[in-house]
Amino acid sequence: MRHLMSPLDFTVEELDKIFDLAGEIEKDPKRFAHVCDGKKLATCFYEPSTRTRLSFEAAMMNLGGNVIGFSEASSSSAAKGESVSDTIRVISCYADICAMRHPKEGAPMVAASKSLIPVINAGDGGHQHPTQTLTDLLTIRSLKGRLGGYTIGLCGDLKFGRTVHSLIRALLRYDNIHFVFISPEELKIPDYIIDELNEKNASYEEVIKLDDVMGKLDILYMTRVQRERFFNEEDYIRLKNFYILTKEKMLLAKPDMIVLHPLPRVNEISVEVDDDPRAAYFKQAQYGVYVRMALIMTLLNLEA
Amino acid sequence: MLNVGKIEEGFVLDHIKAGESLNIYNKLGLDKLDCTVAILKNVRSDKMGKKDILKVECPLEMLDLDVLGFIDHNITVNVVKAGEIVEKKRLTLPKELKNVIKCKNPRCITSIEQELPHIFVLADEKKEIYRCKYCEEKAVKKI
Ligand SMILES: [Zn+2]
Repeated sequence: MRHLMSPLDFTVEELDKIFDLAGEIEKDPKRFAHVCDGKKLATCFYEPSTRTRLSFEAAMMNLGGNVIGFSEASSSSAAKGESVSDTIRVISCYADICAMRHPKEGAPMVAASKSLIPVINAGDGGHQHPTQTLTDLLTIRSLKGRLGGYTIGLCGDLKFGRTVHSLIRALLRYDNIHFVFISPEELKIPDYIIDELNEKNASYEEVIKLDDVMGKLDILYMTRVQRERFFNEEDYIRLKNFYILTKEKMLLAKPDMIVLHPLPRVNEISVEVDDDPRAAYFKQAQYGVYVRMALIMTLLNLEA
Repeated sequence: MLNVGKIEEGFVLDHIKAGESLNIYNKLGLDKLDCTVAILKNVRSDKMGKKDILKVECPLEMLDLDVLGFIDHNITVNVVKAGEIVEKKRLTLPKELKNVIKCKNPRCITSIEQELPHIFVLADEKKEIYRCKYCEEKAVKKI
């Protein structure tokens, strides 16, 4: 029995199979509408994350399965002090597969070690969020046709952004990618990620302003620049405009560039960009459902 | 060299970095055992200049080689039976450490889950880096 704890749990070849399956699902969703008939997904969310939970639930329902679960710790047995190990043993009796989100790092791994059913890490604190990374990879593969051989810009908070770190690590397994890190000095990519890039001889550059590199990007991955990350308000106001994607900045971009964002967006992408055909962040949410469908099928060893 | 009587059954830990013997005495839990222990400090050594030696008389299975390998894998372990050295063990960095060090990350599941063992995995042998199995927090090698 397999679980999914980290985006690197699957080999590149295994991921290809999952993405191929997701592609088939996209082409003909009806063919998969009863694959999970009679099966149940338990969404065990010890902290609220509505978007992730709904994406999992939609995925299971699209496959004909059912969903049980809880969406915050206060409404669950965790509030009464039950351990993750005990909870998953009980859930194993109720459901066929579990997606777990927990504020404590490593909680899904503890669950997996005691579980009788496959466990998917749906986010454990600041640690891992593998289905987000798989979503990003599938979106790139589907819209660009490949997972290597392009220039990708990652923009915003690169210091604390777990999503960005996971994506970089996942992309380091593919060839000929040039990384462009776009962030204020205060929110630069951490040294340990730079070390990994150097170790793998990856090609990268670090810049301050989005405008300066816009023209060379094939993919732009936007993230939020949070006000509370800055020491003072002045710096925030001075810098934030460098990292807000506007119609004007889009004029500098290649005609086939794509813009991604893990969502939810606050103000880092201007609403006027949404109608640009290059804005792919809502499509990305759709791919998030496809990849979760493919993942559930893979972990349950089901075929259409 | 100071003469310390031979031991019948036990082990002699040689090539301990000078000054580290008491730390190792504590980490091995020898203070809790009712056995004869000789601690030799600052012994002259051709190889190391100065070194410490620990002689412990106790059943052989009492020694936790994993802990010792983690603290300093350059220590030589001489196994003594019937008053003779019967084996010289080379220590290696253990692949996994169970309940030897604690994860200090307050966001780690080990901070709340009942009776969950603290497990660290050797992540980088060259740099001697261990990481928590659950949250991947780096362990400080010096304990
Ligand atoms: Zn930990």
